[in-house]
Amino acid sequence: MPYTRRDTKAGYLFLAPWLIGLVVITIGPMLASLYLSFTDYNLIQAPRWIGLDNFAEMLSDEKLHNSLKVTFVYVAVSVPLQLIVALATALLLDRGMRGLAFYRSVFYLPSLLGSSVAIAVLWKQIFGTTGLVNQLLALVGIDGPGWVSNPDTALGTIILLHIWTFGSPMIIFLAGLRQIPRTYYEAAQVDGASRSRQFFSITLPLLSSIIFFNLILQMIGAFQSFTQAFIVSGGSGGPAGSTTFFTLYLYQEGFGKFDMGYASAMAWLLMVIIGLFTAINFLGAKYWVFHEN
Amino acid sequence: MRTKTIVKHTALIGVGVVMLYPLLWMIVSSLRPDDLIFRAPGLWLRDLEVSNYTGGWTALTHPFSRYLLNSAIVVFGAIIGNLVSCSLAAYSFARLEYRGRKFFFAIMLATLMLPFHVVVVPQYILFSELGWTNTFLPLIVPKFLATDAFFVFLMVQFIRGLPRELDEAAVMDGAGHPRIFFQILLPLMVPALATTAIFTFIWTWNDFFGALIYLTSPDLYTVPVALRAFIDAQGSSSWGSLFAMSIVSLLPVFVAFLFGQRYLLRGIATTGLK
Repeated sequence: MPYTRRDTKAGYLFLAPWLIGLVVITIGPMLASLYLSFTDYNLIQAPRWIGLDNFAEMLSDEKLHNSLKVTFVYVAVSVPLQLIVALATALLLDRGMRGLAFYRSVFYLPSLLGSSVAIAVLWKQIFGTTGLVNQLLALVGIDGPGWVSNPDTALGTIILLHIWTFGSPMIIFLAGLRQIPRTYYEAAQVDGASRSRQFFSITLPLLSSIIFFNLILQMIGAFQSFTQAFIVSGGSGGPAGSTTFFTLYLYQEGFGKFDMGYASAMAWLLMVIIGLFTAINFLGAKYWVFHEN
Repeated sequence: MRTKTIVKHTALIGVGVVMLYPLLWMIVSSLRPDDLIFRAPGLWLRDLEVSNYTGGWTALTHPFSRYLLNSAIVVFGAIIGNLVSCSLAAYSFARLEYRGRKFFFAIMLATLMLPFHVVVVPQYILFSELGWTNTFLPLIVPKFLATDAFFVFLMVQFIRGLPRELDEAAVMDGAGHPRIFFQILLPLMVPALATTAIFTFIWTWNDFFGALIYLTSPDLYTVPVALRAFIDAQGSSSWGSLFAMSIVSLLPVFVAFLFGQRYLLRGIATTGLK
């Protein structure tokens, strides 16, 4: 189609704020952070080119390795668990059932609050030595540990917080379930297929692209988690580094020690990791994501 | 069939109770004396303890109303910014034909996946060079440049659902693009604009990282940063007032949720926003 001059001019005019943002707020800073990742820069002195030193430092930085481990465990555990809970709840919420709107709202609310400082504060208390969980355990005679002050359980409490916010993937699952034609199930019933057979042969394949979408979205988000770990650990990433998420370590290096070069190198590592995992997911999707026709 | 329905509702109510219990317990605890919080898992209240609210409100350098006002300013600026810039970009992507449009659209989609941390250091340096640290500008100005690609995407999808005949009829009547956009499409885009406004409200209100790095002067603290300062000031010694101020900070989000849930739920169902 030929482009008219009028449309071209208007097109760029309407696009102008976004274009400026793209250059000034996104691409420019990306290039700058790529440059800074090869420098030593503390905001006061000019950046000093040090080549690959930051990246070499990463190889021997135990704290960085630990933060990577913490983040991988968090992503690998909390994302699938959250999606399973979201899907299970969505399946329970049939269309046309009584009180659907009410349940949907109740389950969705934590998703909106979950990333706030207030909820992180609440979590810190709930899993504290004298917190709600231990009070409940005391009722049945169990003397619970201080969950957030114990390196073995601290990360688990943040994973639970993530699962608690299953409402937003649940809503997406609900929308996906609604698109599956009822006639498929009716036909399957006529053929005598059991409920579980229907689930594995109809629901799961037809929902696979939605599962994939949720998986990618939640994974990218989980890699960038920050607030919860920051508040629960009081900014330290403790106890014993057990909640030092990668982004929290990046914050400590960049905005705590003002080692902006190292923080930039870390940011690029994060981007490569997220890109890699996304790519792996897309490649793997060929084998399990079902496309009609 | 009936027993199945009962089992299902029981399961759902069970999940619902688990979901809401921590929130209800926090509300109740904020109205209890501190010593009771440490040994009362239940939700009953003997007598209301309002001192957590009155004491917490004034425990920091400024009364809490100051931080609420700061947050309100940032949120208001962010909403206006997103509404204006994202709708303009969306119109361009959805309705105009020009060289480079598809390319830019692909880039816009790619930025959806970009981790925020890759740009945060240079952005910080840029804003501090401009002398904007310790102002609200770094939290507001980017919104006027359509940096929240999610909303651009949401609006593009929405505009594509509106009949093109509307635009064509307006062209027949001699309308230019600004008129088509402002007088015909924008009024029809109210649901998408409302979704954008409500999500911007909630996300900006909750935003901790941005406020943490840009606002270091207590005069300018937004609610999340003030809450964090509150934790540092009080330690864990007074959970009551900590909870009271947490409730205060969650209240606007809750109200936005109540009034906007129709838009919120539809918004995430169609685009997968958080």
